[in-house]
Amino acid sequence: MTTVRETQIPGVGVRYELELEGGEHIGVIVHRSGRRELMTYSTRDPDAVQWRLAMTPVESRIVGDLLGGVQLVENLVDMQQSVEGLVIDWLPLPAGSPFAGRSIGDAAVRSRTGVSIVAVIRDETAFPAPGPDFGLEADDTLVVVGTAGGIEAVGELLRRS
Amino acid sequence: MTLAAAGAGSPTVLIELGAVVLLLALAGRLADRIGISPIPLYLLAGLTVGDGGVVELVTARSFIETGAQIGVVLLLLMLGLEYSGHELVASLHTNRAAGLVDLALNATPGVVVALLLGWSATAAVFLGGITYISSSGIVSKLLTELGRVGNRETPTILSILITEDLVMALFLPVAAGLLVATGVVDTLVDVAVAGLAVALAFVLTLRFGEHMSAVVFTPSSEVVLLTLIGIALVVAGSAEEIHAPAAVGALLVGIALSGPAADTARIVLTPLRDLFAAVFFVFFGLEIDPATLLPVLPLAAGLAVVSAATKVYTGSWAARRAAIALPGRLRAGTALIARGEFSIIIAGLALAGGLDEPKLGPLAATYVLILATAGPLLTRFADPVAFAVLRARRDRAR
Repeated sequence: MTTVRETQIPGVGVRYELELEGGEHIGVIVHRSGRRELMTYSTRDPDAVQWRLAMTPVESRIVGDLLGGVQLVENLVDMQQSVEGLVIDWLPLPAGSPFAGRSIGDAAVRSRTGVSIVAVIRDETAFPAPGPDFGLEADDTLVVVGTAGGIEAVGELLRRS
Repeated sequence: MTLAAAGAGSPTVLIELGAVVLLLALAGRLADRIGISPIPLYLLAGLTVGDGGVVELVTARSFIETGAQIGVVLLLLMLGLEYSGHELVASLHTNRAAGLVDLALNATPGVVVALLLGWSATAAVFLGGITYISSSGIVSKLLTELGRVGNRETPTILSILITEDLVMALFLPVAAGLLVATGVVDTLVDVAVAGLAVALAFVLTLRFGEHMSAVVFTPSSEVVLLTLIGIALVVAGSAEEIHAPAAVGALLVGIALSGPAADTARIVLTPLRDLFAAVFFVFFGLEIDPATLLPVLPLAAGLAVVSAATKVYTGSWAARRAAIALPGRLRAGTALIARGEFSIIIAGLALAGGLDEPKLGPLAATYVLILATAGPLLTRFADPVAFAVLRARRDRAR
């Protein structure tokens, strides 16, 4: 399961990191100016950037589309930067979760935690804005928006069995 | 009054100013060529045209003095614009420990040296401030140039810089209070008033910053430029009226602004800041007689070595807590060595406030000359050194 880690870089923007199936660590910096940097981390020194590529917002959108990216995520990033305290996260739905095989409405995530599920990613396909009757399956990734505390609560909710 | 009459005697002013700025351009070019910060070269430029220098400025001096004041205001205004109030609070919250270690380790060398020299307690506080604070300007430029912005140790480095900037916002008014106060009670009152004023301004900034940003922002960057400079100068000047340093007022204005207003401001103010900040460094150099530098050189060099070591330790300690491996820790530590604009601002405040310690100015100048040059050079060796250490450890384990 691929998880994206998000780090604030004060005065610069936000950095997202993930590990690829091949073991490579890659990262993206979204600068406050909208400029993007795509980076790979060094294998012998995992804290250091080994290679990087700077892109304008337009270029990065084109590359994102070519890679089959989800436009939604980018809009979320913009939203996150304009609303203080708003956090986006990608939460895996583990196989043992009580909500695997049930609908979003059953999970009642929003009424319990105030967090919204804005998309579900399943086998590389994104389902944006899923309705309450959308059926969740094990190994789905939920894209959620809310406060940091709320998202933590959702994570616990999903794992509890 | 006709324009011609107003300009009587101005040709020499223009020629002198132009010559100084050209000298700075040369200095900047040289700094770029050899890959160091231009700040030490600007200081040297000031030394060569000031008291006891190679040539002495006659007519441009008063303009440079005013320009230097504007330079301080712009430096701090731009610094404040880098971060929003909320970023500052969040950073302070998560980095308290690193901030305290930084303050304890890096202010101590300055304070101890001052006391050993038999200086007054006030002078010791100033020298502590000078050795404590890293140069945000040099460090962030360095991180960009070396392609380290995406590195995992970078948020740690930047958080330390932010905390230092906040400490500076409290330190400057307190230090200024110490300069004017006479008795113990008087001093305590001054320091408390200064601290409270900054705290109050900071709370107001957090509360009303967004409204202020909305008022300042217009689509015309020219209007934003004029509005901001006007506000910053008035606030900075008013701060001086109540014996708080102008710099703090400008810093708070910068912090208060966020969003599109801050984005536009950063773009339009950068060239102005570069010009006036350079003038500020020249002015500091002007005030110092080059002949006074050599006697304090051993002292400055010793202080530089010790406080470079304490910065390396601070950075590595903070990076280690963020689960960074040895090379990253060393990069974080060495990146923080550079001292620059803030050390000079603190020293400048002491000189302007009439602190009776003739060696402080020359010592600060020499100290910054050394560390603004050595810091950026040393951090380039962080990786080779770290990997050599790792290799040696591996060989020993074998």
